[in-house]
Amino acid sequence: MIITIKYFGLIAEVTSQEEETIDFSGNTIADIINFLNSKYPDLKNKDFQVAQNQELISEKTKITGQEIALLPPFSGG
Amino acid sequence: MTNRYSRHIILSEIGQAGQDKLSRAKVLVVGAGGLGCPVLQYVAAAGIGTLGIIDFDVVDISNLQRQVLFGTSSLGKNKALAAKIRLEDLNPEISIIAYAEKLTYQNALELFNNYDIIVDGSDNFETRYLVNDACIITNKPLVFGAIYKFEGQVSVFNYQNGPSYRCLFPNPPQKDTVPNCSEIGVLGVLPGIIGSMQANEVLKIILGIGNVLSGKLFCYNALTSQTSNLKISKSEEQFENVLKEKHHFNERQLEIDCEFQSDDISIEDVLDFKNIQFIDVREAHEQPKVKGLEIINIPLNQLGNNLEKIDLSKEKMIFCQSGIRSKHAVSLLRNSGISKCYSIKEGASNIIEFLKEKQVPNDR
Repeated sequence: MIITIKYFGLIAEVTSQEEETIDFSGNTIADIINFLNSKYPDLKNKDFQVAQNQELISEKTKITGQEIALLPPFSGG
Repeated sequence: MTNRYSRHIILSEIGQAGQDKLSRAKVLVVGAGGLGCPVLQYVAAAGIGTLGIIDFDVVDISNLQRQVLFGTSSLGKNKALAAKIRLEDLNPEISIIAYAEKLTYQNALELFNNYDIIVDGSDNFETRYLVNDACIITNKPLVFGAIYKFEGQVSVFNYQNGPSYRCLFPNPPQKDTVPNCSEIGVLGVLPGIIGSMQANEVLKIILGIGNVLSGKLFCYNALTSQTSNLKISKSEEQFENVLKEKHHFNERQLEIDCEFQSDDISIEDVLDFKNIQFIDVREAHEQPKVKGLEIINIPLNQLGNNLEKIDLSKEKMIFCQSGIRSKHAVSLLRNSGISKCYSIKEGASNIIEFLKEKQVPNDR
């Protein structure tokens, strides 16, 4: 399945890009996170939430969409 | 006849009835910084009847790049008080209450109870979770905004049974995994955009017009002009967890975090004089000299060229004649990537007095 992954804030710095498209055959969001953790080892100790097709979801959710976003919390004011 | 609010009143969606709603509304803004300044500016101009501002910090010259309520004449003044002075000139018809103190678990609930809407313009996770939990307990809508370098997030939490910040991010990130406040740069106009969006949400909530940004997280990237609206689901469990602990809320303590680091420290709170490098940032000729401590003298205007003299293994306590230059020195050192720097709020003569009373041996 072709999936576009969007990275926000600090996560985009870890992956050195704001967006990439991958061909992925896993089942759940957790699978894709594992895949990204091995591709970007610095991702492991970062906090973020995952959105699928513009909706924030848990890692147990099945991959159904074409667009995944990794969203870290921002504290600045 | 025109009046101050005529451009509001001629809008059919607002009218005199809407303007009256604004003048009866009470809004509390937490933090008068990058986000707080534009929020305060627009809600004060719009005629919000009662406007509270809480901020313990003072205006630093590095704030003026984005904190547009302040000018050079505000330097060294408390932000809440300096903002009040500017806003009273902008709109003398409203009531502005400045709280020159830190928001804590002890004062939050009582304070929030006096307002209809809480706006979060704070700059650290600890305060953000404190604000969120206090809004749940006092049942107040929370207009949230946060920024990172060139990106911003906006949402309205706890509004008409909608989700809270904890439904989005259940717990604060582990310490040191996300850079806080003064450690990182930010494009000056970004908090202007995000804060203005927060002000817009405040007005929509009060006026009951449009769609309030509840259950959604708006994300903005100033470099790419890309925006996203991500849907947030409510987690009843997050609300229950906060409400279950509400009777112990005021027993909780803020941990030492970024706010403490950017805060001044009193010489009375320096406990261990041994593992500290004291830095006097006054000019070499300035009197009186502090004796009895291991001190290096680097005038503020030469500090940037003498970073190799800073002992990275020790905590740095910086002082000057009155506690102002030392604050500038701390931000300079932090911006150079040097941590564990504190500004002593007392000037040299008070430090000497204190050392005399403590009888720190005068053997150097």
